Amino acid sequence: MKGHDRGFWGSLAVIAGVLALFLLALLGSTAAHSSWSHLGKALVAPEILYSVKLSLFTCTVAAVGSVLFAVPIGYLLSRTTFRGRALLDAMFDIPIVLPPMVMGLCLLVFFQTPVAQAMEQWVRFTYQIAGVVLAQFIIAVAFAIRIMKQTFDHLSARPEEVAMTLGCTRWQAFHSVTLPSARRGMAAAFSVAWARSLGEFGPVLVFAGATRMKTEVLPTTVWLELSVGNLEAAVAVSLLLVIMAMAVLLVLRAIGEGGKLS
Amino acid sequence: MIAVENLSWSAGTFQLRDVSFTVPTGAYGVLMGRTGTGKTSLVEMICGLRRITAGRILIGRRDVSQEPPGRRRIGYVPQDGALFPTMTVREQIGFAPRRQQMAVGERDKLVEELAAATGVAHLLDRKPGGLSGGERQRIALARALAARPEVLLLDEPLAALDEETHGEMMALLKATQQRHGLTVLHVTHHRQEAETLAEVILRLENGVVVATERR
Repeated sequence: MKGHDRGFWGSLAVIAGVLALFLLALLGSTAAHSSWSHLGKALVAPEILYSVKLSLFTCTVAAVGSVLFAVPIGYLLSRTTFRGRALLDAMFDIPIVLPPMVMGLCLLVFFQTPVAQAMEQWVRFTYQIAGVVLAQFIIAVAFAIRIMKQTFDHLSARPEEVAMTLGCTRWQAFHSVTLPSARRGMAAAFSVAWARSLGEFGPVLVFAGATRMKTEVLPTTVWLELSVGNLEAAVAVSLLLVIMAMAVLLVLRAIGEGGKLS
Repeated sequence: MIAVENLSWSAGTFQLRDVSFTVPTGAYGVLMGRTGTGKTSLVEMICGLRRITAGRILIGRRDVSQEPPGRRRIGYVPQDGALFPTMTVREQIGFAPRRQQMAVGERDKLVEELAAATGVAHLLDRKPGGLSGGERQRIALARALAARPEVLLLDEPLAALDEETHGEMMALLKATQQRHGLTVLHVTHHRQEAETLAEVILRLENGVVVATERR
């Protein structure tokens, strides 16, 4: 590194270091406030165990659903120009810019309308597990769409066009050429949607409630434990959330890197 | 034969109007023109990747104007090769034969023949990452030939190559065209390329083909 560059890179390193240290301090102090015994106790409590299982299930369903919507929407926004595209693009950002609690309220109000009431004859959402999934999905999908749009923006359309001249329909070209190239983006969209869903609290609370052994997910557990003054359990569950999120993100990152290497 | 008759197309303020030209069967045509004159758009229209607003495109004696790209029997080699990022070279060259449901043995034989003819036999199990510009263009050419096209459209295929590779690729393109008896339309803005390769030179200026020169 040349001498005159040292100041530049050094100042960037200081900024990155300050934020990294602050995050480490936050996690460290939370970890220090808990103990293995608290964590062990939390893991054997049936309500918390239920909440862990429900969180794993709903986050996975919400993340899979997010990717299933994000891939075609991201592709549409990236590869086409049509009247109203910018408006549509901005609309998909609404869940990102709205306070999450407000999204939950919107869901609750929407499910009072006759159309949604008719839907609930088939699948019940309000204050149900399906409601937890929907509340997590509606926020997570917005992040997944951003990631997939950026992924397709960075992938040239040319290989797909060549595939079409080689006998593919557009669908076949998308499936055999573009989709495999976008798998790292899909893994990133899945992991961000999953992590986002894991931490979702406001919309879940408003739309699905906080009923123990029914619609209680891990952030709800933290809130319920805090509300009865059980700080140790709240901290232990928070730590559990951190560990789960880190583990899943590391696994997905490893899968993504594997995809890159192959 | 590649024949374009009274073709018109517009995008925003850019227009191609009443473009007509012919590259006779088995001839090597070179389309020249400055950057931004619509050469690539024209090639994409012949490929079927852009919809024309008026006129006709004929490949051989077939009017392909309304045909989807995959039915036009065109081999297309874009500027950067546009290799499929996740496929091995073997899979890339075998892509069209697989779509045409060619028997596996026949397909493998064709892939190996084309790889040998284009000088990429040693790369068959590699993926595109890390390949040189020349290697990518050779693979793109082999991939296009594997579809057994009637015509070959080359969109500035030599633009990103160094001088030595450039010369080798020109020789390969000419030899390939002669061996397969293909009608070729090669887009370039390099005079030397045109002089070396062309039997027919077309110039695109201000949205129209202004000169056709037979050699």
